[in-house]
Amino acid sequence: MIGINNVHKTFHTGKANQVNAVNGVTLGIDTGEFVVIVGANGSGKTTLLDMVAGSVLPSSGNISIDSQNVTRLPDYKRSTWIARVFQNPVSGTASELSILDNFRLAAIRTQPKGLTIGINETFKNQVRERISTLGMGLENKIEQPMGTLSGGQRQALTLLMSVMDNCKILLLDEPTAALDPKSAQIVMKTADDLISHYRLTAILITHNLKDAFNYGSRLILMGEGQVLKDFDTSQKPLLKQNDLFDWFG
Amino acid sequence: MDFYLTTLIQGLCLSSIALGIYISMKIFNIPDITTDGSYTLGAVVTAVLLTHHQPVYILLPAVILAGGAAGAITGIIHTKLKINALLAGILVMTALYSVNLGLMGRSNIPLLDVSSLFTLINISADPNYNTFWVLLIFVAVVTAIIGYLLKTDFGIAMRATGNSESMIRALGVNTDRMKITGLAIANALTALGGYLYSQVQGFTDISMGIGIVIIGLGSVIIAETIINWLRITSVWLSLVLVICGAIIFQAVVAITLDLGVDPIFLKAVTAIFVLLIVSLPRLTLRNSS
Repeated sequence: MIGINNVHKTFHTGKANQVNAVNGVTLGIDTGEFVVIVGANGSGKTTLLDMVAGSVLPSSGNISIDSQNVTRLPDYKRSTWIARVFQNPVSGTASELSILDNFRLAAIRTQPKGLTIGINETFKNQVRERISTLGMGLENKIEQPMGTLSGGQRQALTLLMSVMDNCKILLLDEPTAALDPKSAQIVMKTADDLISHYRLTAILITHNLKDAFNYGSRLILMGEGQVLKDFDTSQKPLLKQNDLFDWFG
Repeated sequence: MDFYLTTLIQGLCLSSIALGIYISMKIFNIPDITTDGSYTLGAVVTAVLLTHHQPVYILLPAVILAGGAAGAITGIIHTKLKINALLAGILVMTALYSVNLGLMGRSNIPLLDVSSLFTLINISADPNYNTFWVLLIFVAVVTAIIGYLLKTDFGIAMRATGNSESMIRALGVNTDRMKITGLAIANALTALGGYLYSQVQGFTDISMGIGIVIIGLGSVIIAETIINWLRITSVWLSLVLVICGAIIFQAVVAITLDLGVDPIFLKAVTAIFVLLIVSLPRLTLRNSS
């Protein structure tokens, strides 16, 4: 599904503050795989994810999605496959727009945004129905601006938004980093449910080693812009939680 | 009575600019000051076409295209060359001064003996009331179109672009193209203001646009204050309030002049008035918290 071939990314090339964020990563991710990436700050996880999403373009190497070379394709064109959840809840939703407007845009992620009014009663009911699955009581607040909700609620809604339109790949960049433990748990549970229900190919970046242990079918440890360890579907279940803690010891 | 009517007429003419500024500043979050140039451009295109006895129906599309082109150029400079939006606007505005002067051939064109939008449509026998009604209908139609646009899928994407760029890119929108389109729409509206005003006052002057951006800004800020105050989320109501903002702004200017303030100080009074509207909500907020 996703092919990453010898990808490098260097920021501030040739200057004193040159950073080799990603240093030759080669990865193949199969359809339906749920890959969890862990690593210290500055290990290149987020840069790698941004390059898959297209918001950062690699310095060298190439990236393919669905056997199609997308190395130079900008992020807004990769949205035909990819939905994203950002670390900051503010980045994944538009605060001043209503929940309904946010969902409308998400529902046409892979389609052109035309000059017709797409929000009608059928759509409203569909959104209410989807939101009620969260059990947060937000289904009666769909006309409210997104900005009036808490970070946890917004992350949960962003997850729901990602599957409003045809979605193949879900990218989660520390989706729970800004949340309290309870909200974090709800968001991770929702993500896991959606990934298995819609059979999504997913990449999750996290600093929470418990989540890294509990979720996903494959676990990758990154450091210095490279893949240090890679436990695939058959190896990950054999890992113990303490093994993960030892890596960072 | 004439005093208030004139104020209303001026307010309606300038409400088109206010709508333009609302789109660039509030919806796209871009401080665009191409306004001074594109407003005059609208008036210049109107004057040149009218004095060359072109049919009135050609005017409107020509003015919209001219204003739209000016806005699109600012947008392209801003997004493709990554130049600060304020600077991009100043560059285009400055260049437009020469373009306008070149198009006019002189600094002032009177439009007294030519037919215009207001001589073509007769609603009332009194020319002042006729102007008022024509303007009111015109502005209502423009507001309705913009209101509809903002409700469409495209319009929601427009509103999201100024709000959360990372989100809307992840949802498949080319934000550069969206901003260029938005600035084109904003400046087309501003040019419409010039189109209306030149026909109302009966001439186009090269300096008529100087400082006009402050009127648009002031109108939008008045509207925004009311919108925040009443916690309005409806797009339609917001647009109507922007129109009201433009009229209130003109009323304040008219009253100031009526009170006997020397017109020399008019721009200063305008600036102080805008400062007051901007600062009042903050001052009252601080007291209550």
